[in-house]
Amino acid sequence: MGNITLKNVSKSFGSTSIIPGLDLVIENGEFVVFVGPSGCGKSTLLRLIAGLEDTSGGTINIDGRDVTGEAPAKRKLAMVFQSYALYPHMTVAKNIGFPLKMAGEDKATIDKKVGDAARVLNLTNYLERRPGQLSGGQRQRVAIGRAIVRQPTAFLFDEPLSNLDAALRGTMRLEISELHHQLKTTMIYVTHDQVEAMTMADKIVVLNAGNIEQVGSPMELYKTPKNLFVAGFIGSPKMNLIEGAPAAKYNAKTIGIRPEHMEISTTAGEWKATVGVAEHLGSDTFLHVQADGVGPLTVRADGELAVHHGDTIYLTPDKAKMHRFGPDGKALAS
Amino acid sequence: MARSVTTQHKTIATIAAWIVALLIFFPILYTIITSFKSEQEAIQGFNLIPSGTFESYIEVQAQSGYFKFFLNSVLLSVGSTILALLVAIPAAWSMAFAPTKRTKDILMWMLSTKMMPAVAVLFPIYLIFRNLGLLDSRIGLMIMLMLINLPIVVWMLYTYFREIPGEILEAARMDGASLWNEIIYVLTPMAVPGIASTMLLNIILAWNEAFWTIRLTTTEAAPLTAFISSFSSPQGLFWAKLSAASTLAIAPILIMGWFSQKQLVRGLTFGAVK
Ligand SMILES: Nc1ncnc2c1ncn2[C@@H]1O[C@H](COP(=O)(O)OP(=O)(O)OP(=O)(O)O)[C@@H](O)[C@H]1O
Ligand SMILES: [Mg+2]
Repeated sequence: MGNITLKNVSKSFGSTSIIPGLDLVIENGEFVVFVGPSGCGKSTLLRLIAGLEDTSGGTINIDGRDVTGEAPAKRKLAMVFQSYALYPHMTVAKNIGFPLKMAGEDKATIDKKVGDAARVLNLTNYLERRPGQLSGGQRQRVAIGRAIVRQPTAFLFDEPLSNLDAALRGTMRLEISELHHQLKTTMIYVTHDQVEAMTMADKIVVLNAGNIEQVGSPMELYKTPKNLFVAGFIGSPKMNLIEGAPAAKYNAKTIGIRPEHMEISTTAGEWKATVGVAEHLGSDTFLHVQADGVGPLTVRADGELAVHHGDTIYLTPDKAKMHRFGPDGKALAS
Repeated sequence: MARSVTTQHKTIATIAAWIVALLIFFPILYTIITSFKSEQEAIQGFNLIPSGTFESYIEVQAQSGYFKFFLNSVLLSVGSTILALLVAIPAAWSMAFAPTKRTKDILMWMLSTKMMPAVAVLFPIYLIFRNLGLLDSRIGLMIMLMLINLPIVVWMLYTYFREIPGEILEAARMDGASLWNEIIYVLTPMAVPGIASTMLLNIILAWNEAFWTIRLTTTEAAPLTAFISSFSSPQGLFWAKLSAASTLAIAPILIMGWFSQKQLVRGLTFGAVK
């Protein structure tokens, strides 16, 4: 089991309030991703759940048990750190086996479980090495191995892939998702990578300055962002946010239209625009354009589009997929 | 072209390093050379080739009994180091892993006591020692040596402990380790190199300490520093014997230093280089 419930949890460092007070329910078996700009308190929130920081107020329940004042060791959570935090003086086998040793398991059980974990993570040939003799990806796998050997109530990941190169990050992302399908254990995952958030999460929690802006499935957040912050944060490239006359036409203070939700034409359309930089990726074409009376926009087209710097194009937003926001930044009912 | 310039640079640097090293080492070398001369040879002026006699050594041992002083030196330096570590490890630990706003101030204050001239407290300390009956006792001197080296020991350990990433300790806590297990299985093994070099440096500092060891002892607790100084005063100056005594006093620590060079360099740079 792994239900985690936060009730009015707050955290201050000295007189600086980092998390003013936050409620969150994480269901058993869910893959929850925390996203938000740098410094918004993602790591702090994760560390509060882990017990590595003391709360300034509120309660944390795990499986219905109040663990607010409990030491990390008692919460039965496993954590994977951004820096891997492997024990440099221990071999890979000892690193992975350490939680079992702390739990008082006998040597035969430890050896067996370490062997199993190493097999799952392709580490069998490295068991006798020290962390210093491993590549970044292998170290990351050891850190994950150390987390999975005992059955924790939940896994906590703090930007575990951010030290890896793009290709490895892709593979490891799949491996962690696969692991979640196998273990079906609750996972809380902090990232600022859009792709990780969208592809891995059952539920995304968007944080801003210690407050939850919105909680929902990736598609909910993509399709119905509650406010400007979420609209601008979820999705890559970012949603175009337009104010002024073009927005007023739709009865809104601000309208939002995603780069992929505009029709491109070379002859006619709602907005006339001049192409600035055109990025041709083959699979997609991204155009950074200056639209008359609207401002700078980013437009995405499927496949290759033969448009170049200086060309004039016409754009028509897909009204069904347009987002409208009021003066307070909240989404308006469509 | 560029390569030959760098090799040239290297050669010059190497030669310069050797010259500096020889200059620093020369007094010690000359002491050793003189110790193998007869008294007559010793006062005859500069001469690098001794006749190779052991007479000074034999006389020094016969006159004053080297081994008792040697034993005291070992007991005092090792004993005071162990005492210092017992106090300094918990102190440095808490300052490194649970710092408060005042931690830096405390560290600076501790270091500032090393700037104070020792003579300034000679009288109070002497009186305290006399009243407590600690004069010329090994325990008293051990405590004294521990106290004077404590700031450096705490500082060194603090810098070493600070190098241990906090996340590793947190990982241990997440892995279910109690505070005790965290210290035994994770912290200590990672801190051992630092503790070892601190220990070595402190033994050397205590071994060489010549202000308090000479003033607070007479015979019973007197270490090798007192042994050397006893050859310089009453009977007048006997260069060869003084040299033999000095050589005997520095030899053990020189040998120890030679075998633990690596740890020492790490210790002397206060953990700044890996
Ligand atoms: N121990 C601390 N003492 C004081 N302030 C802290 C401490 N830890 C974190 N903070 C502050 O709390 C805020 C949130 O930090 P946190 O590390 O949770 O951000 P984050 O969302 O994880 O950012 P990033 O994406 O850069 O990792 C930051 O402004 C940070 O400066
Ligand atoms: Mg963070």
